[in-house]
Amino acid sequence: MSEALISLQQVTMQFEAQRVLHAIDLDIQRGQTVGIIGESGCGKTVLLKLIIGLLRPTVGRVIFDGKDLTKLSERELTRQRLRFGFLFQGAALFDSLSVYDNVAFGLRAQGRKSEAEIRELVCNRIQEVGLPLSVLDKKPAELSGGMKKRVGLARALALDPEVMLYDEPTTGLDPIMTDVINELILQTRRRRPVTSIIVTHEMKTVNKVSDRVVMLYPLSRLKPGEPQILFDGTPEQLRACADPRVRQFIEGEARDRLQELATKA
Amino acid sequence: MATVSSEALGLWRWGRRKVAEAILDLGDLSIFAFHILAGMRRRSSYNTLLPISYSVGVRSIPVVTITGLFIGMVLAVQAYAEFYHLGLATRLGQIINISVVRELGPVLAAVMLAGRVGSAMAAELATMRITEQIDALACLGVYPVHYLGTPRFLASVSLIPLLTILANFMGVLGGALICIDVYHVESHHYWENVRGYIGMWDLMTGLIKPIFFGAAIAIICCHRGFYSEAGAEGVGRAATRAFVLSFIVVLVLDFFLAMFLNNLYDYLWPQARHML
Repeated sequence: MSEALISLQQVTMQFEAQRVLHAIDLDIQRGQTVGIIGESGCGKTVLLKLIIGLLRPTVGRVIFDGKDLTKLSERELTRQRLRFGFLFQGAALFDSLSVYDNVAFGLRAQGRKSEAEIRELVCNRIQEVGLPLSVLDKKPAELSGGMKKRVGLARALALDPEVMLYDEPTTGLDPIMTDVINELILQTRRRRPVTSIIVTHEMKTVNKVSDRVVMLYPLSRLKPGEPQILFDGTPEQLRACADPRVRQFIEGEARDRLQELATKA
Repeated sequence: MATVSSEALGLWRWGRRKVAEAILDLGDLSIFAFHILAGMRRRSSYNTLLPISYSVGVRSIPVVTITGLFIGMVLAVQAYAEFYHLGLATRLGQIINISVVRELGPVLAAVMLAGRVGSAMAAELATMRITEQIDALACLGVYPVHYLGTPRFLASVSLIPLLTILANFMGVLGGALICIDVYHVESHHYWENVRGYIGMWDLMTGLIKPIFFGAAIAIICCHRGFYSEAGAEGVGRAATRAFVLSFIVVLVLDFFLAMFLNNLYDYLWPQARHML
């Protein structure tokens, strides 16, 4: 197997007294589409932010294309981040800017393209995500949840990233819009040689777009010595997995969880 | 006895933790301030300077105008009775205008900036933090402190002296309005006494101090916004803390700057005070 594009080595992340990730080892190959699943609060989004260098791990190393992101200066880290596209959970569009300015933001910050080239690229990306050009002058507050996600995707794709990170891309969307986003993730992968990491709760998204699934488990629920990555394999292997904790998640069953929560309360 | 000593120990530990937190916070604030200043070398930091300057400066004009005017008027009302009984009514302008130009104008403009602009800055940046817009900036190749913090710093530092001039002017006007038009103090002597008493140094010190106030307000408010806690409560807390802390810092800075500038005056012109 070739050298991994992204490699997390013994990564531990702690926020004050709360440990979220512990001794994570994860290699992601170029061109893979990896779905990261797990319960709320198990550290999926934190993992994504560690990969792009928005957070620095408490312990461990994050290697991207041979470079240790934890050791880079802020300037070099900013340069490396441009090789990633990040679709945030709430799209994270800039409220004060129009859709056009949002999508053009990264291109303008680079200062390498003329305004005419930027306009052409912005229009292409907006059409690529299935939005009409009439949205360009709108403010994010005027858009629906699905439209915001698609503008967020267009903004992330504007810089032609090598790696796309999706943080719960379908959360809060209706089933049809969920499938639209799934199709867009597949379309993005078909059109460019992009490596994708998708954090999601939606098993439909996992089954449809991923070729590898990684399941994280909350540290508080693990027995001492157990690895936090509960499952790592293909979607087919996930469906056949016998681990009751994995089955509980993919089947979406509460089982004894309600009683457990009531006891804690 | 054992209870007392354990309580004392608890209090000691609490105090030690609070001091450590304050030192860490101060260190964090200093690094943040350094990054804001470093951003002045970047061209991208100036992209949003104009709209931010409009928000900081132009939109503060009404509130600074009204508060400046009324402070001058109140000073006149409060001082008139005392000065009249002493037969010094024509000297009212001296005490009103020196108070306005040296202290009230700069502090008033700073408090208005902290209240109207600073807390809004903190709330805006805190909202951007919790909606991940600050993370999005970093992902798009922009250093967020330079892009968001530096223009706010520049706008505050450059516009607060102008707001102070406005507050001074309105305060002087308000005082004169009450003294001359309401209490019928003879206007020629009123202005003559003011002219002989307030010098260029008073005006200059009144304009030097706001630069420090503006810098402190912008750095504190941006810092509170950048490191806001999550949720609506976190945003509210960031805005409140930003105002309270910057208000306290303005008053403390005012004290030390007044001391420093007075000493500097005595050093530069040792004979001047005896001539007054």
